Formats: sequence, C-alpha cells, structure tokens
Amino acid sequence: MSGRLTVAQELPWPPAVSDFFPPNIAGPWVTKFGVMVWLAVAILIVFFLVAYRKPTLVPSRTQWVAESVYGLIRDGVARDQMGDTGIKFAPYLTVLFSFIVLTNLFGIVPGLQISPNSHIAFPIVLAAISFVLYIAVGVRKHGFFRYLKMSLILPGVPWPMHFLLVPIEFLQNFINKPVTLAVRLFANMFAGHLILLVFTVGGFVMLSSDNWFVQASSVFAFLMAIIMTFFEALVAILQAYVFVVLTANYLSTSLAEQH
Amino acid sequence: MNVLAEIGGSVNTIGYGLAAIGPALGVALVFAAYINSSARQPESAGYNRTWLILGFALIEALALFGLVLAFAVGG
Repeated sequence: MSGRLTVAQELPWPPAVSDFFPPNIAGPWVTKFGVMVWLAVAILIVFFLVAYRKPTLVPSRTQWVAESVYGLIRDGVARDQMGDTGIKFAPYLTVLFSFIVLTNLFGIVPGLQISPNSHIAFPIVLAAISFVLYIAVGVRKHGFFRYLKMSLILPGVPWPMHFLLVPIEFLQNFINKPVTLAVRLFANMFAGHLILLVFTVGGFVMLSSDNWFVQASSVFAFLMAIIMTFFEALVAILQAYVFVVLTANYLSTSLAEQH
Repeated sequence: MNVLAEIGGSVNTIGYGLAAIGPALGVALVFAAYINSSARQPESAGYNRTWLILGFALIEALALFGLVLAFAVGG
C-alpha cells in the first residue's frame, strides 16, 4: 500500500494479542491495569460512602442508585437463587457486581480504552475468590467429607455408573466451574476489545487506501465502531450480571441439602 | 510452479468459525424456548429470566473456549 496516510502507519493492523499490552506508566510496577484497578476500587469506596453518608427515607439521587444496585443483586440474584439464607451473601455479590461492571466499562471509556478483565489474570483472581467461597460455605455447612460425597456422588444411580459419574462430577464441580467463570469474563472482554480495534483501526486503514471507493466505505467501519461501543456497554453489564448469577448459583448448590 | 493465488493467515480462524456453530444453535434454542414460554405464559417471564441468563452463559462458554484456543494454539 503505497499511498497510506502517515496516521495509519503506526496503527496495529491486523489487531493482535500484543495490542493488549499497553506500555507501563512508570516502571514495571505501575502498569496501566494496576492503576485502573486501584481507580475502580477508589471510585467504588467513595461512591458507596457518599451514597450512605446521610441516608434519608426519601433517597437522594446517589443514594437511589446505590440502593437500586444493592436491591437488584439482593432480591434479583441472592434471594432468587438461594432463598432467604442467601441474603448474607448479598454484600459480597453487590461488590463483585459493581467492581466487574466498572472495570468492564473501562473498555469503552476514552483514555482508558481497555478493560483490565481482558487480561486473564484479573478474572482468575475474581473466580478464585468465588471458588474458595463456595467450597468453604459447603464445607462449613456439611463438613468436609459429607460435602465431598454430596458433590461427587449422585443419589439413585446403579453403582457401576459411579466409575463414570464421579470423575465427571469432580471435573464439573472443582475444575470446570471456576475455569469457565474466569474464561467467560476474560474472553468476552478480550473479544470486545478486538472487535472495537477491528472496526476503528480498520476504518483508518481503509481511509488511507488508494481507492476512493474503499475510502468512502470507511464510513461504515466507523459507524459499526459506534454501534459496537454501545454493544460493549451492554456486554459489560450482562457479563457482570452473569458472573454474579453463576456465583450465587454455585453457592446455592453448596448450601443445598441434596445433590 | 507458478503460484497464481495464495491464501495467508491462520487456519485457527476457520476452526473458530466451525466451533461457533454448536454454541450458536444452543443459544438460539435457549432464546427460542424463552420467547415461546413467555409468549404462552407472560407472567412466568420474570421467573424464567434467571434461567435464560444461566443457560445462555453456560452455552456461551463453549464458544468462548473456542475463541481463546484459537489465539492460544499457534499455527
């Protein structure tokens, strides 16, 4: 391509995995992702403190937002999945939900432009916390061996089937659940960032081609980039909700009396 | 031998395209069942929504495994 614009020459085309590693802000210890995670934590703490500094019966706007987020998770997720015993997990689930929503939305905030969750490390930590939590809840409620028996042995099957079912159940409960939890969030954010790169950078590459028809069609690439940004906002909230619903579902499996 | 045309790039993209067929059908079935059930019984829509999201998420994980593997396995 001879007639490329100078702008398009440094752009990453085609988008690759290396685009997910922005340069460090200051030395190897202060990365962009580290700063973003601290920022998310700070925003959440300040938001919830401000929202509940002076709680009133008729809520102010901030208090209303905080209460509806908490209400959504408590009634729509915790109570829905676990019954009234699940209310005590509502604070954890709410914090998890708001943290994931915020870090996911960083993917479409100008200047930040990438979600920390598009690196597998961050979803792994979040999934590990949920994993340890639902194992601990199950062990505390039923005792170690009973919990193990409950999660590995299906009641009411002919005994030779256990040679097949026990490994499957083990894989399902102790490996698949946490891994899919982490990979789902990671892959969604990864794919979202890739899609946005394809349309925006692709638009610039088309703009810098020799052919006027290709240049004119770059309008559609930019239009698609705008649509996809809104789609990403939807995915960010949906994936946070899915993460929390699944965590609540795994917790309810640990709390259940039977398999 | 004269090379007239050449295709470059990774075979993984084709593989991911194939791998996405199954989850696509699965997600379609989940949403079809949800629409069906809430059209027949509109008052159950709220109750079914949790299971809609749950089933959708479990099926979607397969497609996302494909996406991750397409990048993880070099070639």
